[in-house]
Amino acid sequence: MVTVDLTHTAADEAFRAEARAWLQAHVPPDPLPSLETEEGFAAHRAWEAELAADRWSVVNWPTAYGGRDASLMRWLLFEEEYYAAGAPGRVGQNGVSLLAATLFDHGTEEQRARVLPSMSTGEVVWAQAWSEPEAGSDLASLRSRAVRTDEGWLLSGQKTWSSRAAFADRAFGLFRTDPDAPKPHQGLTYLMFDLRAPGVTVRPIARLDGKPAFAELFLDEVFVPDEDVIGEPGQGWRIAMSTAGNERGLMLRSPGRFLASADRLHSLWQSQGSPPSTRDRVADALIGARAYQLFTFAAASRFLDGESIGPESSLNKVFWSDYDIALHETALDLLGADGELADTDWSERYVFALAGPIYAGTNEIQRDIIAERLLGLPKGRRS
Amino acid sequence: MRFLLDAEQRAFADSLDAMLTAADTPAAVREWSRGEHARGRALWARIAEAGVFSLAVPEAYEGLGSRPVELAVAFLELGRHAVPGPLVETVTAAALLAGLPDPGPAKRLLPALATGETMTTLAWTATPSTPAAPHAPDHNPTAPHTPDDNPTAPYALDGDAATTRLALTPHGLYLSPGHGPVRPSLDPARRLTPLAPGGELLDSAPPTAHAPALALARLTTAAQALGVGLALLDRTVAYVRQRTQFGVPIGSFQTVKHRLADAKIALEFARPLVFGAALTMAPADVAAAKVAACEAAYATARSALQLHGAIGYTAEYDLSLWLTKARALRTAWGSPDVCRGAVLSGGDRRW
Repeated sequence: MVTVDLTHTAADEAFRAEARAWLQAHVPPDPLPSLETEEGFAAHRAWEAELAADRWSVVNWPTAYGGRDASLMRWLLFEEEYYAAGAPGRVGQNGVSLLAATLFDHGTEEQRARVLPSMSTGEVVWAQAWSEPEAGSDLASLRSRAVRTDEGWLLSGQKTWSSRAAFADRAFGLFRTDPDAPKPHQGLTYLMFDLRAPGVTVRPIARLDGKPAFAELFLDEVFVPDEDVIGEPGQGWRIAMSTAGNERGLMLRSPGRFLASADRLHSLWQSQGSPPSTRDRVADALIGARAYQLFTFAAASRFLDGESIGPESSLNKVFWSDYDIALHETALDLLGADGELADTDWSERYVFALAGPIYAGTNEIQRDIIAERLLGLPKGRRS
Repeated sequence: MRFLLDAEQRAFADSLDAMLTAADTPAAVREWSRGEHARGRALWARIAEAGVFSLAVPEAYEGLGSRPVELAVAFLELGRHAVPGPLVETVTAAALLAGLPDPGPAKRLLPALATGETMTTLAWTATPSTPAAPHAPDHNPTAPHTPDDNPTAPYALDGDAATTRLALTPHGLYLSPGHGPVRPSLDPARRLTPLAPGGELLDSAPPTAHAPALALARLTTAAQALGVGLALLDRTVAYVRQRTQFGVPIGSFQTVKHRLADAKIALEFARPLVFGAALTMAPADVAAAKVAACEAAYATARSALQLHGAIGYTAEYDLSLWLTKARALRTAWGSPDVCRGAVLSGGDRRW
């Protein structure tokens, strides 16, 4: 009889202990420079190589691509240890959580063998190329084209808000290959391309604090070989959405990250004399981290039972993105006048958190999904 | 690690849900609010028969052992159907009596509690033991009076209907000889009664000795609140789908959708806290579940009231049974403030 149980197996705990020991020996004692700067990007890339050397960069991947074949539960335990150890942010996250997930589900064996190993080491860092100036929440209205040519495609158009693209090597995204398709989400194709290929112009965009965290991409007949098309041409929308809603979509932010942040916030609060004015908000940060951890354990358990996650990942996305901002606002308030300083770990994380409700599907779109697909409310105009 | 209810637990929830749906619970609630207990007592017997009270009674006293997860399952359904009566108080009393060093009172009182033959209420008229203890890092000895100093449950719920009335005081646990006049609650189905002082002393330990019973009270209140919130959400979703204005269902408006989406998020993140707390029964987990479930239920109640419009503001409409309970449960058995204190004093590595 399988019963409800929150304890981990001895083997899983041994895995956790191994991760903890490695991290204790390797995590840099001081925070790396911001990964949204050239210097920081390089430092974070080097950290990925150090992780990969001992197979800690992508623990849940198959060993053939640099992973440890770790289960979802072990990945969650690794993440708890990773963030508890104060380890650096992950410069390869876009590639690992989105592109790799797509390749596992829709790519060819050849594509996985070619793309994944260099992704796991940070040798190739991937940027995403979804949004366009006229296609944000209404992503399916995108207009960048891929035109058929000998042995490949020619990409033309403009992508924007491309996270990490200022310093990344390659990018992935959706392009319109059939402009005559009857509906906007038809005739789109999922492609990978080189950010240094002829015809690509990268114009970095400074985020709120001035750091070039994302970029505009201008594409002028950029050649992409057939081998860099993922899935069938014309099926790009379905492929991209299946990744957004699957268990990896659910795992875009691991609970370990928030458990560690909440503990740090609690320590900060205590170090400031436990002021009553922020007491409730600190308690709510602790409660929220526990809620997110347990919610994720439940979702992972359902996934392991063979259930799909689907629109529930929208609950998760709104929760963590709102939570992350609230936690960091509390930290800055606790810091008093120092809360204004832009060169602290807290302010770096605060600025990062501010983007959460906007990217990966705005929280407005997520709330529409929750209302329509989970609660069964009627569709309406998005106005 | 498998954080999912098993098939038996889900079947238990379904059977309670079916039984309570068939029982016309709203009619029982309305009679109970007027001090008429016949239907409520019949419902009580059915709930006991389903084994709910036995889940807090050790096998030695003809119960099923202490089963907090199954209790959370049951109380979620009891909240979903707004069942009246001293439900939390009965299972808390069971845990309290089962934990006494002298087995006499348990032997005498628990078998009839488990079968539903008796109905037990409980007043807890002393400061709870868990929040901000003197050794806690956030303890401030110069702080003025705070809600932490208030008694946990100064009024026994439904003392007029109960057949056994227990009073936990700083001097020990008494079998109270009677109750004072009913004080109305914002939830008319909760009839608050001060208990008469004195009576038989069952145990002389102070309330600080009974932390596990207090944890069970908070857990079952949290589960009940979660059920209240889920019922409010269901009813409001149904209403906004059929209520038409400007020629369309109001549920097609984005403002309405987003308000209900937020209710759904809050409730679905409170749910794992409730069941996680039932598994660990750690005071910080239980307190976290109480805060999250009660706040989610109350926020859902506010949205439910707003989205129903004027009809929701009437006592006559059944929504009121859940709306008023969401408010009452928030401060029952540990206010949000007290429970946040328990979370903060939960130790370094909480979870």
